[in-house]
Amino acid sequence: MKVRVEVVAIDSLMVRLFDTIDEANMPWMLAASQRLSAAFMKHLVDLVPSYTTLMVQFDLPPAQARALITQALEGLQPDTGSGGRRHEIPVWYDASVGPELPVLAARTGLSEQEVIRLHSEREYPVFALGFAPGFGFMGLVDERLASPRLSTPRKRVAAGSVGIAERQTAAYPAVSPGGWNLIGRTPVRLFDREREGYSLLQPGDRVRFVAVSHAEFKALGGNDSPLEAQA
Amino acid sequence: MTQLKIEASTALCQLQDAGRFGVRHLGVTQGGALDWVAMNWANWLLGNPLGAPVIEVALGGFSVVAEQDCVLALAGADLDARVDDQPLAPWRSFALAKGQRLTLRQPKQGVRAYLAAPGGFQAETVLGSCATVVREALGGIDGRGEALGKGQGLTFAGSSPALREVPEALRPVYSAKPVLDLVMGAQIGDFSGMSLFEAFNSDWTLDSRADRMGIRLLGPQLVYQGAPMISEGIPLGAVQVPPDGQPIVLLNDRQTIGGYPRLGALTPLALAQLAQCMPGAGVRFRAVVQEEAWREKQAFNAYWV
Repeated sequence: MKVRVEVVAIDSLMVRLFDTIDEANMPWMLAASQRLSAAFMKHLVDLVPSYTTLMVQFDLPPAQARALITQALEGLQPDTGSGGRRHEIPVWYDASVGPELPVLAARTGLSEQEVIRLHSEREYPVFALGFAPGFGFMGLVDERLASPRLSTPRKRVAAGSVGIAERQTAAYPAVSPGGWNLIGRTPVRLFDREREGYSLLQPGDRVRFVAVSHAEFKALGGNDSPLEAQA
Repeated sequence: MTQLKIEASTALCQLQDAGRFGVRHLGVTQGGALDWVAMNWANWLLGNPLGAPVIEVALGGFSVVAEQDCVLALAGADLDARVDDQPLAPWRSFALAKGQRLTLRQPKQGVRAYLAAPGGFQAETVLGSCATVVREALGGIDGRGEALGKGQGLTFAGSSPALREVPEALRPVYSAKPVLDLVMGAQIGDFSGMSLFEAFNSDWTLDSRADRMGIRLLGPQLVYQGAPMISEGIPLGAVQVPPDGQPIVLLNDRQTIGGYPRLGALTPLALAQLAQCMPGAGVRFRAVVQEEAWREKQAFNAYWV
């Protein structure tokens, strides 16, 4: 790993750590985030992690910020324990709320049960949040489940919808347009302004999806109305 | 108690402030006044903190009636404002007596006007800001991300200060074809030589496809020759170039990460100018380096210190 620091805007620098998406990046990304937060303290306006980069926005002269970044990341070691919480996210996998579940099964030649097993048996790191508040990009799913985005995105995807795009997976925190292949729905609230930290998922967390029945989904407060009907 | 009652509004009349910070890693966008310079002046006129909540009115169609005597301030675009039937020029604070009506009708010069009230308009603070972001259902009067609507009441708590104007020499000029400073970014070397020449030597036209997330520009097709990018953080003002070669300037309500290559990012001062340009207007880019842009902004901010 070689740290590169690039200009992106008047008050922002991009810290580039890697060139490919890889789970193995995450302990390094977490460690770098922590060190940058500690180094900038109140001069940090925002720190935006993504798959291979950390964008640092600051209220310091740029040369001073660059020096601080270099100094903070000297001798960086991966975070092998403390960072990143683990979550189990219940999902009701069903064609009525995940219309691409049978499509995916048909395309891969797997049974729906097999698709569900493959999706829920792995633990996925949260690479980044984006697209919408609390929307976590996770992966990588089993190669057999890799699916291109829908050629025409849906105008309306229900809150809690769980989907796959290429080898990534995510759950939609709120009703929104969306082009991911939907395979189920979670009753969990992913973004809540009343929650400490607001978002259930934080960059660097690890997630396992757990298959639940319709009854369990309802008992957990899930809304099983069809895609278009949910307000 | 309500001091102002909204009689007319549009989806483009919203409560804004300096924006939402420290939450970008959660996928939460920045929001805030598109023309922060005009917002600052509107607040300055009343002695408010410069980023206090104001009403951003784009293109007009906004009207309020005073339910008690008050002092307000107006800065930014000239939207043919009237107090009852009397014309009201921007860049000043003014008295609005109980029963009087303030109307912002339509653009005469510029696009966005900012209305400030003593102490700032009161609203629920959500994630550290009351900036309205409709797409995220955050901010605004009730915190749910809704634009201002007819019949709503507006409240503020500050006392009425003496009337004043922004000194003429300090008022921004909304020129016909502004030159926008662009801090060159790391991918700039991955555009073709011809594209780089054209980027900084052509007129760019504002497309009608424009909102608070971004403004498309029409002009020569820019060709990116670098490798495909992995999504990464997007700064305010980023000038990204999707495969069709027509740049998009990303604004306050942009997505937080994305994977299109960028020429760089407009400076905050350039963004304030751009926010006052109509669709169809022409702009040019001027390349600047980060340190120089930073120093210029510090000098500019000294007006208000």
